Amino acid sequence: MNQKKEKRYSLTRETFTRLMKNRLAMFGLFILCVLVITAIFADQIAPYSYDQMDLLNAYKAPCKGHIFGTDEFGRDIFSRVVYGSRISLKVGFIAVSIAVVAGGLLGAVAGYYGGWTDNLIMRAMDVIMSIPATLLAISIAAALGAGLTNLMIATGIASIPTYARIVRASVLGIKEQEFVEAARAVGTRDFTILCKHILPNCLAPIIVQATLGVAFAILTAAGLSFIGLGIEPPTPEWGAMLSNARSYIRDYSYMCLFPGLAIALTIFSLNVLGDGLRDALDPKLRQ
Amino acid sequence: MSEPLLEVRHLKKYFTTKKGLLHAVDDVSFSIEEGKTLGLVGESGCGKSTTGRVILRLHEATGGEVLYRGRNILELSPREMREMRRKMQIVFQDPYSSLNPRMSVKSLIEESLLQRSRGMSSAEREQKVLAIMDLVGLERRLAYAFPHELDGGRRQRIGIARALILEPEFVVLDEPVSALDVCIQAQILNLLMDLQKELKLTYLFISHNLSVVKHISDEIAVMYLGKLVEKADHETIFKDPKHPYTKALLSAIPIPDPTLHPERIILEGDVASPINPSPGCRFRTRCRHAMPVCGEAAPELMQNGKSIVACHLCNPQSVETARVGGQE
Amino acid sequence: MNVFLKIEGLTVEYRSGNRHVHAVNDLDLQLGEGEVLGFVGETGAGKTTTALSILRILPNPPAKVLGGKVIFKDQDIIQLSDREMRAIRGEEIAMIFQDPMTSLDPVKTVGDQICEMILLHRNCSKKEAWEMAGDMLETVGIDRGRAGDYPHQFSGGMKQRVVIAIALSCKPSLLIADEPTTALDVTIQAQILELMKELKKKYQSSMIMITHDLGIVAEICDNVAIMYAGGVLEYGSVMDIYKDPRHPYTRALFDSIPDVHRDQARLKVISGLPPDPTDIPSGCPFHPRCPHCTERCKTEKPEVVHLNETHWARCFLAQEEGRYEHE
Repeated sequence: MNQKKEKRYSLTRETFTRLMKNRLAMFGLFILCVLVITAIFADQIAPYSYDQMDLLNAYKAPCKGHIFGTDEFGRDIFSRVVYGSRISLKVGFIAVSIAVVAGGLLGAVAGYYGGWTDNLIMRAMDVIMSIPATLLAISIAAALGAGLTNLMIATGIASIPTYARIVRASVLGIKEQEFVEAARAVGTRDFTILCKHILPNCLAPIIVQATLGVAFAILTAAGLSFIGLGIEPPTPEWGAMLSNARSYIRDYSYMCLFPGLAIALTIFSLNVLGDGLRDALDPKLRQ
Repeated sequence: MSEPLLEVRHLKKYFTTKKGLLHAVDDVSFSIEEGKTLGLVGESGCGKSTTGRVILRLHEATGGEVLYRGRNILELSPREMREMRRKMQIVFQDPYSSLNPRMSVKSLIEESLLQRSRGMSSAEREQKVLAIMDLVGLERRLAYAFPHELDGGRRQRIGIARALILEPEFVVLDEPVSALDVCIQAQILNLLMDLQKELKLTYLFISHNLSVVKHISDEIAVMYLGKLVEKADHETIFKDPKHPYTKALLSAIPIPDPTLHPERIILEGDVASPINPSPGCRFRTRCRHAMPVCGEAAPELMQNGKSIVACHLCNPQSVETARVGGQE
Repeated sequence: MNVFLKIEGLTVEYRSGNRHVHAVNDLDLQLGEGEVLGFVGETGAGKTTTALSILRILPNPPAKVLGGKVIFKDQDIIQLSDREMRAIRGEEIAMIFQDPMTSLDPVKTVGDQICEMILLHRNCSKKEAWEMAGDMLETVGIDRGRAGDYPHQFSGGMKQRVVIAIALSCKPSLLIADEPTTALDVTIQAQILELMKELKKKYQSSMIMITHDLGIVAEICDNVAIMYAGGVLEYGSVMDIYKDPRHPYTRALFDSIPDVHRDQARLKVISGLPPDPTDIPSGCPFHPRCPHCTERCKTEKPEVVHLNETHWARCFLAQEEGRYEHE
């Protein structure tokens, strides 16, 4: 019990301080910032427009003028990757947010109240889960029509069950703990108990799943774009670029390489940041 | 004799399980006078903790009444019950799992205030938290520490502070010292007794540790498989136990004195299952004095000397029937 | 009595990062053949760590034996190779853990689990081993027909009997029981203690009983070691310790347990907490909580004061007989 504990620390600030100490997480945060800045200043960064075709220079390997090479229409891949970050990041984050919020809420309610509420929600989730995620997204996108917003909604809905299940499982474990009973004993309302006691204690699995979920969302969105239900060409989107380049992978592998790398880098940065956040949020690991 | 603060009448709590109906608390009645302590003793699974929780409506009762100053709290609406919880609090056994690991000491203690006293400014709340921390012997500098940084004794003090901040009249202490080392246990027991005197608290003290219960309680009730088998003041129950189970339980306590070797009653076998119990006395499967009548009818609680006992042996009528039955 | 286990200057440390937890500090003890020794102390006093170092099953890392000897039947266990040690475990020294619920493998029948132990150390056929397993079950009061049952089919007390059967199956000369009844109810505890007393008579093996319950010690042990902050503060026969405790900590321990046979208005408590094992006080480790602390206690570690042949205490005041009664 040293002196510094007397100081008044807010939990948020302390979490941040702890996160700062985690080098890998800070590296992830750095990459993520770079990606976001790229997305915002795409107009300034990209040397060409994303839809500027130059058939004479098609299938060019990375060279001085086109550092990532060009695609089958001679479009500059670097510019497309830069512009693509706008769409992909947006799709990834918003779709995951939809899934986390909706799935989290459903899972929390199912886990906390149990009984028929639980049954009803979880059976509905089972129905959604029994349809392959991509297929589900396809049908939702088909029903709502193509377009960026619908793409995000479709991808989001397709991953709701995953979050619902994870949250429900951790809520089931945590609600049995005595501190929840203690909160009830002092007369805390159910909603407050759920928000203040239960959900913060199931953050860890949600964060880990969400970081992976962004990757899944980007790829699902790509799949949808591929079959014409997502982003209309020529709007660049990493997943779409990747699936498009698949046919040329033997001869022009760099066409796959760069959008692939962009996705991998995003996911990597999110994962290390997610791990770091999870540790930073756990007061038990406080030194 | 003063009015009982709390009266429990024919309290029942059954849980539905896959194997059948689990009779956790089966027709339990007792009362506690204001400012006194009732010790509730029994082995694991006998329903003592459930009784405590049903009284506070942390579990809903299957049947019976819980009268608090004459008012049946089992019938209160959720809103009225929230108001009632101000008067009735609980301290949990496990000082590890009963504190939210993500909350600081101050926010843990403050929580119930946030629920109630909406008009209170944060400075007032802080004053109140610090005052209660002084009262339970928690150093003020720990206000912003987290539970896992503290030892078991201090954590249990947080639990007590949290229960006391609303100034309750009645506190259920559910095995509050079982997870603690003897020296810390003694500190907490003394604290609880001091607080009782100072704040005129009424306790329901639940424990499996008879020596601890004897130390703190005025009256002791012994439970076995959901039933109350004996109740008496703490002197009587130790000097003159009536129920065979109470006798066995008392003789099973290891005595920290190598010169004393009292005769020990070793109970055969294990506690029977509380699921779909057969009629008759629940203890008869392990009782050396079991008579045919024990399998037929459950013994009622009856006054016997200074104690109340539920045993056919202590009921002259049943013993007579048994004797006649034996002769035939 | 022949001394067959002797611990000299045992020091064990747990390391995590740059934290050094001094779990056992320069501990000396001995145990005679057929003797039952009780380790008594609060959580963190080093009872279990000492026991685990005798069996050499300390988790390494983070635990590290920094020094000392554990001489068992004339050989230093600390110096043995892993292979030699494996032969000793189970065969010569066996251990009973606190929680019978988790110390049995849930997917194997109890008979198989006893057989496994026997086959590991005895040269015999599977069938003979199964026979022996049945015998063991009967010894601990379980019908041999239940050898084919799985652990979940037994109650807590029965499981602990099975654990005892496994531990005794190779007739070890030393049995270490780490709080064997803490997880059980009082009436079941009474059954198990009765069983252990019987077995003690029958097998004549030595035993180390780790517990925090002074009642259990009085009942089953011959000698007691009062442990605090990784060392032994007082050692003696049960009679010596219970009737004439000389160390203030021993006194305090007795004062803190409510006595069913006496009426006390208040328990006498020692203030404060057991020391932080990363930062053990200088001098006598108990001095910050000791009501009789002197300047000398703060700087100088008390040597062993022999009071009679078996009874000793590490306290400067140990010689002053009856000092406490007058207060």
